[in-house]
Amino acid sequence: MDKVLPFFVAIPIFSAIFMLLIGKWEKKIFPRIWSIITTATLVFLISLIWEKGTIIHVMGGWRPPYGIIMIKDHLSLLMLIIVNVVAFLSIIYSYSYITKYEDYLRFFSLFMLMLAGMNGVVLSGDIFNLFVFLEIASLASYALVGYGVGAEELEASFKYLILGAFASLLILFGIGIIYSVTGSVNMADIARFLINNSGNKAVLMATGLFLFGFGLKAGLVPFHAWLPDAHSSAPAPISAMLSGVLIKVLGIYALMRVFYHVIGVSELILNIFLVIGSLSMVVGALMGFGQDDIKRLFAFSSISQMGYVMVGIGLGTPLGIIGALFHLLNHAGFKSLMFLSSGAIEDETGTRSLSELGGLRQKMPVTSASSVVGALSISGVPPFNGFWSKLIILIAALKVGNIWVSVIIVLTAFFTLSYYLRFQKNAIFGDIGKKVEGAREVPIPMVVPLVLLAIICLLVGIFNHSIISNIIIPAQETLLDRSGYILSVLGNL
Amino acid sequence: MTLYMLNFSLMMVGMYALIVKRHIVKKILGIAIMEYAVNHFLILIGFKKAGVAPILTKDMDLATFIQTAVDPLPQALVLTSIVIGLGTLALMVAIAIRLYERYGTFDMHEINRLRG
Amino acid sequence: MDKHTGMTLIVKMITQVMIGFLLVFGAYIVLYGHITPGGGFPGGVMIALAYILLTLAYGRKVVESKISGVAASIVDDLGALLFWLVGIIGLYIGGRYFYNFLGKGEPFNIFSAGTIIISNIGITLKVGMSLYAIFLALAILQRVVTEEEPKEEGE
Repeated sequence: MDKVLPFFVAIPIFSAIFMLLIGKWEKKIFPRIWSIITTATLVFLISLIWEKGTIIHVMGGWRPPYGIIMIKDHLSLLMLIIVNVVAFLSIIYSYSYITKYEDYLRFFSLFMLMLAGMNGVVLSGDIFNLFVFLEIASLASYALVGYGVGAEELEASFKYLILGAFASLLILFGIGIIYSVTGSVNMADIARFLINNSGNKAVLMATGLFLFGFGLKAGLVPFHAWLPDAHSSAPAPISAMLSGVLIKVLGIYALMRVFYHVIGVSELILNIFLVIGSLSMVVGALMGFGQDDIKRLFAFSSISQMGYVMVGIGLGTPLGIIGALFHLLNHAGFKSLMFLSSGAIEDETGTRSLSELGGLRQKMPVTSASSVVGALSISGVPPFNGFWSKLIILIAALKVGNIWVSVIIVLTAFFTLSYYLRFQKNAIFGDIGKKVEGAREVPIPMVVPLVLLAIICLLVGIFNHSIISNIIIPAQETLLDRSGYILSVLGNL
Repeated sequence: MTLYMLNFSLMMVGMYALIVKRHIVKKILGIAIMEYAVNHFLILIGFKKAGVAPILTKDMDLATFIQTAVDPLPQALVLTSIVIGLGTLALMVAIAIRLYERYGTFDMHEINRLRG
Repeated sequence: MDKHTGMTLIVKMITQVMIGFLLVFGAYIVLYGHITPGGGFPGGVMIALAYILLTLAYGRKVVESKISGVAASIVDDLGALLFWLVGIIGLYIGGRYFYNFLGKGEPFNIFSAGTIIISNIGITLKVGMSLYAIFLALAILQRVVTEEEPKEEGE
């Protein structure tokens, strides 16, 4: 079964190149159909490795400490599901959305490259390979943010590019330091070396560099300057991918993998995670409060929700990590739903400003209903999924006895609820705004992903117990089991 | 150690250009200088004075080979990172040219239609 | 050839002499990449530089009549597909992605190291042609900017 793993990277890359080649003759229909086929194949491939436990693919036949490996454990499986399902739905959505732009081909080609990069990051068992795939995904996303080539898109893209390139260089510098200390780039091998030889000062510097680098990719608060610009300027499916998946894979997942499995967590790192997480929650929520542009509002809310995940990880207890991983899954669902529906709204009304919208309920009933579901989920209203993950993180914080963090969690939940209520009141309900009068329901390919994501939000909320026990808890056990990770890669060497 | 210090100061020069300068092209140059510094750091890790190429032939003794051969892995890493850097640089230059078309300036302070 | 585009006669003559050497040296770097320092990327860069030198000396039109931007990007895609195919055939034959399925041969022989030489050729096509395409794309943008500027001043 390990032969399946390379295909998660190979299929999207092939698709990207093949599309460019065929696209010389057929520019419009082929890329759209072909990318739907590709992403559907990837979703199907997940079902093949669903119940297989840990799988390792050894590239080129060179065995682990020397060669490059791809590893799928339960944590990677969770991320693979999030990445490929959101990508599939975004691609279906793009089928109609892309008609806004002249060039279809490069959009889908870059999208496939970004997907390949993210799948590679998730499956890589080698820290330098992780960096390479991270760069592939980042480069594609820089280009996609500026896809509209308007003044604002280019500005956002350039800011994102400068900061992202800076973060990548810091990560590479950290990898260099780690390599000079341990003499290996295999993550399990590094971990084994660091367990046996702890207390090296150079590793502390690498820790700081990784924290800065991956934190910037995740858009956490001291490093969040690029995120609202980039996420609000990108085309809607790309915003959904960036906010729903990219910041999680390149930022949070890489942080979790590197700190829990490779370097090892200490009290200091966990406290830094807690501080960064709390800051992100508060600052994101406060900044989101005054926003008039709906996409900027959602982008600031992403920062705040990523804060929840960081707090869950920073608590370090099994319950906290369960909450964090569950919130990761939920956030991918509802935030991509919100960005996709903001794209539908902008497409029909031509505005993203809350003061100009209103009464969408009467003109676009399906879009409005699904975005209400998304807004209720994200603000943590009981039957929906966001409530359960926030509750788990809150209980975990209370169990540890961390009162400050618990207070911040509750306050942020109230803030989130209030600004999403403002979004609903001003955009969905109320009187019909000037620009809304000519609006109609969006075409079917754009409606289907919205409805599916809304159903996913509802079902995950209702069947939260089976989701947690089947997907989240194995992932949490994998994350906390550092020696198990080393053992599964290196055996008893 | 001197080499590492010089390398680190080169990185600081790049970071200075990236943070302080307002001109877009100077910022791009800052990124490029930082990238060279990091690549140079990686090369330094594997460097040995009077080292030989890391090819093990049949008439060589393993112990002396390990002592004298330079570490080949950082060189492979640097090659990859140079390729990535090339891609980033090309994209940065392309976006900078387009930005100039739209705004008519290279000054980052005047390119501020979006608020952070 | 059009005598009025591009640079002076001296540059054109020297380019004519140099271009063959550049291409041959690029090909040498690629084909001996597995036994001497070199490989697909440096060789590809040299081949791209040969075309860029040609563009600088003779102007775009002359070079694009030899290999157009579209043709360059098709060759670029084909190179990438060749490299991808090496990996997938390795997976099919040896059960490992990028498994070296050809015979290893004698060391320091040109036909040794199995699939490395095929991969190098794929990378060369990819790198050479995509660098050339990037150069052409940036050159187009450059021209648009310089043409628009005087217009604005005139108004």
